[in-house]
Amino acid sequence: MADLRSDFIGIKSPNPFWLASAPPTDKAYNVTRAFEAGWGGVVWKTLGSEGPPVVNVNGPRYGVVHGADRRLLGLNNIELITDRPLEVNLREIKQVKRAWPDRALVVSLMVPCDEESWKAILAHVEDTGADGVELNFGCPHGMSERGMGAAVGQVPEYIEMVTRWVKQHSRMPCIVKLTPNITDIRKPAEAAMRGGADAVSLINTINSITSVDLDLFAPEPTIDGKGAHGGYCGPAVKPIALNMVAEIARSEQTRGLPISGIGGVTTWRDAAEFMALGAGNVQVCTAAMTYGFKVVQEMISGLSQYMDEKGFAATSELVGRAVPNVTDWQYLNLNYVTKAVISQEDCIKCGRCHVVCEDTSHQAIAMSEDRVFTVKDEECVACNLCVDVCPVENCISMKTLPQGAIDPRTGEKVGSYANWTTHPNNPMARAAE
Amino acid sequence: MTNSQLSPGVVPGRLDADSYGKNFADVAPPLDRHEASVAADRCYFCHDAPCVTACPTSIDIPLFIRQIATGTPEAAALTIFSQNILGGMCARVCPTETLCEGDCVRQTAEGKPVEIGALQRYATDRMMARNAHPFTRAPATGKTVGVVGAGPAGLACAHRLSMLGHDVVIYEARPKPGGLNEYGIAAYKTTGGFAAAEVDWLLQIGGIELIENWQLGRAGDGTLDDLQARHDAVFLGMGLSGVNALRLAGEDMENVTPATDFIAELRQAGDLSALPVGRDVVVIGGGMTAVDAAVQARLLGAENVAIVYRRSRAEMPASLHEQEHALGVGVRIIPNAMPVAIHGNGALREIEFAYTKNGPKGLEKISETFRLKADQCFKAIGQTLGDTPAAVKVAGGKIWVDGAGRTTVPGVWAGGDCAVGGEDLTVTAVAEGRDAALDIHQFLLGG
Repeated sequence: MADLRSDFIGIKSPNPFWLASAPPTDKAYNVTRAFEAGWGGVVWKTLGSEGPPVVNVNGPRYGVVHGADRRLLGLNNIELITDRPLEVNLREIKQVKRAWPDRALVVSLMVPCDEESWKAILAHVEDTGADGVELNFGCPHGMSERGMGAAVGQVPEYIEMVTRWVKQHSRMPCIVKLTPNITDIRKPAEAAMRGGADAVSLINTINSITSVDLDLFAPEPTIDGKGAHGGYCGPAVKPIALNMVAEIARSEQTRGLPISGIGGVTTWRDAAEFMALGAGNVQVCTAAMTYGFKVVQEMISGLSQYMDEKGFAATSELVGRAVPNVTDWQYLNLNYVTKAVISQEDCIKCGRCHVVCEDTSHQAIAMSEDRVFTVKDEECVACNLCVDVCPVENCISMKTLPQGAIDPRTGEKVGSYANWTTHPNNPMARAAE
Repeated sequence: MTNSQLSPGVVPGRLDADSYGKNFADVAPPLDRHEASVAADRCYFCHDAPCVTACPTSIDIPLFIRQIATGTPEAAALTIFSQNILGGMCARVCPTETLCEGDCVRQTAEGKPVEIGALQRYATDRMMARNAHPFTRAPATGKTVGVVGAGPAGLACAHRLSMLGHDVVIYEARPKPGGLNEYGIAAYKTTGGFAAAEVDWLLQIGGIELIENWQLGRAGDGTLDDLQARHDAVFLGMGLSGVNALRLAGEDMENVTPATDFIAELRQAGDLSALPVGRDVVVIGGGMTAVDAAVQARLLGAENVAIVYRRSRAEMPASLHEQEHALGVGVRIIPNAMPVAIHGNGALREIEFAYTKNGPKGLEKISETFRLKADQCFKAIGQTLGDTPAAVKVAGGKIWVDGAGRTTVPGVWAGGDCAVGGEDLTVTAVAEGRDAALDIHQFLLGG
């Protein structure tokens, strides 16, 4: 079994699977159950300043998007930071860390945007023996209306300022959690780096309305006839998160900045994908909130098997391995020519490939009287839509035309690597010498 | 020799050559990758799942199905094998409809459970195809354990003991290991020599010596005392070697035989077309053995096969699924009738039955009788414990054991069909053998 031990900015855990700051990490009871189930670490649900805790709504706080068979694909919440007294949380954090010294315990924080507030809370957290802090600059609902959470995370200057305070007033490792509700994720990451952050974690939840009650004419979850936008997470947000992680991992300005990957991690494979794109570890919430803490067992066995099969001795061998292959569109090889091939043996003759190609693409799949579907190479632009909509895995595949072969669509020979930057149609093309 | 289904008597070669292969092919063909992924997707990953509770070996079913769903069937197999080293065979022969699948929440919700058995086979087949044994042995303890019987209980016990670092010698009365997996299960449930391959794979862990053709108590072989002198502990898992008799005149006729013998002979037959079978076959009994014998008699070309059971269909020990399988291949099931006479002048000709009803003192015959034409009759009315060491207490026809599998003789454990407790199923035997091994381990460490 592969060695899954993880060292993320000096915080050690037996595996790279942490629970994200969220409802599952709000109490010693939950966190203890999580550790018993095998989670490598947790980020304790966000603490606020001393004084009366925040309050939550007393109606539904979650909304959901279901796939087929009521599979939970996306989850939206309007819950705020912890609504338990600060001293109770601090006491429990200390006690849990003492009981589980080999697990990572990071504390998420969100206090008003002034130095004194941050200084005060940091002293309390240091006292608990926690491994680090995560600055919640992401929460997109409720707290942001009060100038915290995403309201800070959307202003790079604030991120930098607060991060600097945290590093000044604490020797704990500091992770800055980023909101995706911005236009360019690299900017807040750069700000965090300038402020001295040891790492960034992303993504926090995305502004969302999951559905509308068409009788009440109100967004869901509905509280007394009204709804507010919430934060969206779960498998549905993974592609957005993967891109944002990759953008930070490959950016010149932030290269080497450790990343904790968050956003829809449900299986070992999701975790491996985040890690390949540069995440040193991953944080999970929705999968646990859908299936319970036991899901981590599949993540552990799956990542372990994958690493064994790949011959990776440590997770560090996986981290960032796909980053060099994330590039800009302009550098993609325009002479890479593929054609769809339909396996007649596997085809169940549903006709979906044909109709989507005919109606919405390039009219490249023929249908015979007796429902045999074949690709017209002279029309196929290799868009992959047929592969994507085919219900049978691997029934439609893409064959690559070798260099020198004639592409029946263009009548031209397949050439060697060439991209847009040198393409004759590109007015900005640098002339090939 | 050109026999047909209509040839009278007990004769071989009733079918054309191709039919044997078709009839005895895998009754439940394995899932391919796509089918497995669709089937796995249906699992809800229940908490404290009812399927796990229903499994005698407590396999973590939701976890292994999730591991299949995420493309790691080998990890799934490890989850299965760590609880049940014969998970491959159990995937084929377990009456899942009365165990895990019967309690699946989707059975409750939709009347269509997750295909747990088929998924288990998918995972275990993949691991076994790698032909690498996934478990290793703990450092040697220097202790040795004698295991009587290389059936599911004995094999599971031996494997777990070996994992824990003990050396094991298995003493098997038959010429091959596997017990009922090798000799007692319908051929179409375990095709391609799977039972033997599974034993070979299991023994790859090492530390297990197998002695065949060795029967406990037989002159020249050895006694329980001999085993206790030779080993630090003994596990008895010799199964049930006897069969119940009908207690009717004519029972000694040539073609009135135990169903278990027919099943064993069929499993060991190199050429099924050489195996004789009657034109009119009557099977008496209502369990899995009765169904396995009846179905295979049909598949060998018998024209008429009837299972006659003394109680109602609902009371048959064979599951509804098994009964439906029998009906599907053209076996007739006659419930509520018991044999009263065997007719024939030297050769079996007819069996006479009386209808039964539930009376105040239990099952009773009514005056109405009928006769079934029969040139072959298989008795499947239960198996019995064979010769047992006198020192070992027997209760209700089985070796008495406590909750940990200990017999009344110190240092001697028992499990599987020969011991009290649990149903007589492969999976139950595996659980009992495994758990006895854990208790033996504690005993050996303490002693």
